[in-house]
Amino acid sequence: MSGDAGLMTVLLAMFAGAIRVSTPFLFVSLGEMLTEKSGRINLGLEGTLVFGAMSGYAISYHTGLPWLGVLVAGICGSGFGALHGYLCKLPKVNDIAIGIALMLFGTGLAFFFGKAYIQPSAPRLPSISFGTWSEHPGVRQALEINPLFLLGIALAVFLWWALKNTRYGLTIRTTGDSAPAALALGINVDKVRLLSTMAGGFFAGIGGSFLSLYYPGSWTEGLSSGQGLMAVALVIFARWNPIACFWAALLFGAAGALGPALQSIGISRGYHFFNAAPYILTLLIMIASSSPRRSLKGAPGELSITK
Amino acid sequence: MSKFELSRRTILKSSAAGLAALSSAGLPRLAQASELTVGIVYVGPRDDFGWNQAHAVAATALKDVPGVTVVEEENVPETIAVQKSMESMINLDGAKLIFATSFGYYKPFVLDLAAKYTDVEFRHAAPLWTEADPKNAGSYFGYLDQAHYVDGVAAGLSTTSNKLGFVAAKPIGTVLRNINSFLLGARKVNPEATVQVIFTGEWSMPVREAEAANALVDAGCDVLTCHVDGPKVVIETAESRGIKCCGHNASQSPLAPNGFITGAEYKWETIYKMFATDLAEGEPLPNFTGGGFDVDFVRSTPYGAGATEAAIAAADAARADVKAGKSIFVGPINKQDGSSLLAAGASFENYEPSLDQTDYLIEGVIGSIT
Repeated sequence: MSGDAGLMTVLLAMFAGAIRVSTPFLFVSLGEMLTEKSGRINLGLEGTLVFGAMSGYAISYHTGLPWLGVLVAGICGSGFGALHGYLCKLPKVNDIAIGIALMLFGTGLAFFFGKAYIQPSAPRLPSISFGTWSEHPGVRQALEINPLFLLGIALAVFLWWALKNTRYGLTIRTTGDSAPAALALGINVDKVRLLSTMAGGFFAGIGGSFLSLYYPGSWTEGLSSGQGLMAVALVIFARWNPIACFWAALLFGAAGALGPALQSIGISRGYHFFNAAPYILTLLIMIASSSPRRSLKGAPGELSITK
Repeated sequence: MSKFELSRRTILKSSAAGLAALSSAGLPRLAQASELTVGIVYVGPRDDFGWNQAHAVAATALKDVPGVTVVEEENVPETIAVQKSMESMINLDGAKLIFATSFGYYKPFVLDLAAKYTDVEFRHAAPLWTEADPKNAGSYFGYLDQAHYVDGVAAGLSTTSNKLGFVAAKPIGTVLRNINSFLLGARKVNPEATVQVIFTGEWSMPVREAEAANALVDAGCDVLTCHVDGPKVVIETAESRGIKCCGHNASQSPLAPNGFITGAEYKWETIYKMFATDLAEGEPLPNFTGGGFDVDFVRSTPYGAGATEAAIAAADAARADVKAGKSIFVGPINKQDGSSLLAAGASFENYEPSLDQTDYLIEGVIGSIT
């Protein structure tokens, strides 16, 4: 395999992989971003993601309507968000501990109810072809884009605008930066956080439904392999900026595609290392962003990790 | 997590015990001389459309033996966790026979426990037991490479690009042997064929399996097969990319209505039924049980829409040959590094013991083990 053609194949595969794999990262990180903006950390989104994948698949299988599956996955996700929001409202409750509990609860519940759906094939979400202009089959394949990906981009732009320019955005940011200030302004802090966590759960549930209904497109118990947790790290990397969340999600998607793509052009030595790329990336980000000398820029002041 | 596993396990256990109690209550032979508790450990969910499901379905044969109680635990990783699972089956449930169904359970976990609990029998589903190992341990295995060889014959006649793709989990002996046999099958009918392999590094990693399948298709492969625990994702990806595929572990034929050719399936029920008979008659289980088409331990999935008439005829002939004992590994065969595995005219028996320790890929396979 000549070098140039190989490099093109890898770049194309990473580009395609970025689009294919990034959507769950994007939705979960946007959800987590919104939750953290309101001053809480919800580590349970991994569980929400897995439960969203299961419930979306189940609904699609029973009704034949994959989009209804997406909606139900979102609603289930906001249910988990509501539980987190409510429990954290209680005195002396740590949001990180609740998050971990909900992560285990969500995955466990999804495995429990999901037993019956591992075998059946459910209708999957359609994709839109943007690549008809190209002769190259790889490019055409890469540009088979799922509407949820586009929806994710729109959501990122909307959140970026709304957090900056609307009254609701201001309320969420105030709550996240200083609860006393928010109280003084007459804002119901718990309610804002509850709603933000619910919205965050809604997005994470949708991200899960993408996994089971589009790519890879079936429900199995190993489906998420930690993507929900990586997305939480990604929020820190993105500095709580929705647009940056989008780029970070693309980067993580591309990193996930790196290992298989390199093997496909014959660079297969050390594939364990390349397969671990997303996790190594997560680690590096956590190390780079947690220097003891400078605080996290853009971190909401109320977050329990920054306090 | 461990608490959760434990509670689920308890539920499984009690339901299995309940079932056994119900079924034995209806049987006339109530007074069974010896009660036996059998423990089965799975690495993934019991209904994964693949490896674990194949075992779990076949193991129901054991539950029908009067006096036998089966306890099962799923999702047990290939770590010290499996040792704890097996010990709790021995100490808490009184299991006297343990089936450890995943490759990585054997060394050191099964071996350690076999030395520690000499009155408990251990059987492990991979061809790893040797005479040097404890006598209360053992192996049972279907030589799936024979079925992958038949797949290769069908795939070699189905490809137009002469590039076949193989999504593999881990570079261990059985997987490498399947890859090599798949290539040998393809080369038998199509000397131009190559097999490109991508290792995912995990038995079950759906997103990476999908990425690997897509990367292989992008690299020009037009027939895909795989050796992962649950082949569903690879088969569905192949189907959605409009290429052909061969299955693995269990029947995936319904997942690819257009492109499915055939598949390599274990027939564990033959083995578990044999074990069940032995148990019912009070016979000891053999230390080593292994075989292929000739003893009905493996089978080919019925042909799908992707199989052409030529492919079907050639695959049927290849299966008959293997069943009759004709060798798969016929020289000249070189390893990937160019060194000779078999000289021209030489060949391996299909149950050649050194093949169990395959640690190489042969020439014609693209991809590296390390």
